Amino acid sequence: MSIERQLESLGRDDLPSGLSEGVALGTGLAHGYDFYESAIGRVAVTFSPDGVSSVDIADGFESRFTERYGRRLIRAEAPRDWSRYIPRAIELGTPGELPVDLGTVTDFQERVLRTTATIPKGEVRPYGWVAREVHRPQAVRAVGSAVARNPIPLIIPCHRVVRTDGHIGNYSLGGPHNKVELLEHEGASPDWLEDLASRRVRVQANMATRVFCHPTCHVIRSAPAELIVDFRSPSDAGAAGHHPCQECRPGL
Amino acid sequence: MMDDLANSLATDLDRAFPSVVEEMGTRLFWGLRRICGDHQEAEDLTQEAFIRAYRALGSYEPERIRALNLQPWLWTIAMNLGRNHLRDRSRRPVYVDSEVEATETDPEPVDAVAWDQRLSSLSKHQRTAVVLRHVVGMGPAEIAEITGRPEGTVKADVHRGLAKLRNELEREA
Repeated sequence: MSIERQLESLGRDDLPSGLSEGVALGTGLAHGYDFYESAIGRVAVTFSPDGVSSVDIADGFESRFTERYGRRLIRAEAPRDWSRYIPRAIELGTPGELPVDLGTVTDFQERVLRTTATIPKGEVRPYGWVAREVHRPQAVRAVGSAVARNPIPLIIPCHRVVRTDGHIGNYSLGGPHNKVELLEHEGASPDWLEDLASRRVRVQANMATRVFCHPTCHVIRSAPAELIVDFRSPSDAGAAGHHPCQECRPGL
Repeated sequence: MMDDLANSLATDLDRAFPSVVEEMGTRLFWGLRRICGDHQEAEDLTQEAFIRAYRALGSYEPERIRALNLQPWLWTIAMNLGRNHLRDRSRRPVYVDSEVEATETDPEPVDAVAWDQRLSSLSKHQRTAVVLRHVVGMGPAEIAEITGRPEGTVKADVHRGLAKLRNELEREA
């Protein structure tokens, strides 16, 4: 056999296994997925090269993902650069250093979700607060639907956004009982929140500092109980001579 | 065939791209495999070349994609990936093969291992030119385009490379 023919036979017709999967994952044409534990059980986390793209209850997540995002799913490990941040982001309920891929949402929805991600663990804010923070105070309903369609629950902590009347409200990740479970886990007592809501308490002021807060704000929670007074609205608190907290920005 | 591919890429990149990997991946991988002599490195290079190709295509106008000569274009991307491309690996999701044992690439036949040895006796330029010419099956003009070397130099590289390989074979005999 000529040398040319021998060389020709060195080109083979099989592709190494995993190569097309690697390309699909690296281009984002398919998203990878892996499983993690959370306060509400096992969850499936999907990711593109740009970051975590969704979190869902593990059971049956594949069909929900492909239906919603139209992308293939491939079992994979998250990129080494940031995979170690995932368990912490789930536990703390904030992305921290973990990159998130919000490529499937609009700019407005992204601003809503990034604002939601700033709510501290163990605290809650009403939808109206998020609307004010994104400078669209009238868009409370649009904020509500953006939060309801949050692709990355737990890590973008939409369980910390509650109804404007203070009731805990709905939750997309497996139903309202999971929202209650998560808030309980974080130390924001759901019973206490429901009690405040039924008494129509929206903000609380510290008599000594004359600063008023959302009731779960760490500023008011560190005040002695005997100095705390309830108000039904920020404007009531303002009329009584109190100033809005710089940390939780309850509005006026 | 290639024109069809370029056309469908221009029409719907996301839909058509997997068939580009299917159609062109084998030649690209085995060519790179014979040029660099290392299975893992060739796999990484192939994967990275496709990922960069996809990104580039995403930024091209449809007309520009239709006009592309896909094979040399893809090879140019692959050849431009230096060794430092490996740092990108930690940014990519990593495929978890569920049946690693069963699906691993068949072992190389003994004579392919011997050929890797022989090819490694060539200079880098000779090895690249010989593999592209005789393993991948490209013409000298295309090789010149990909490697950025004059066509005459490419022909000389192929000629000298083959001569050296013949010597190796004779020496072995």
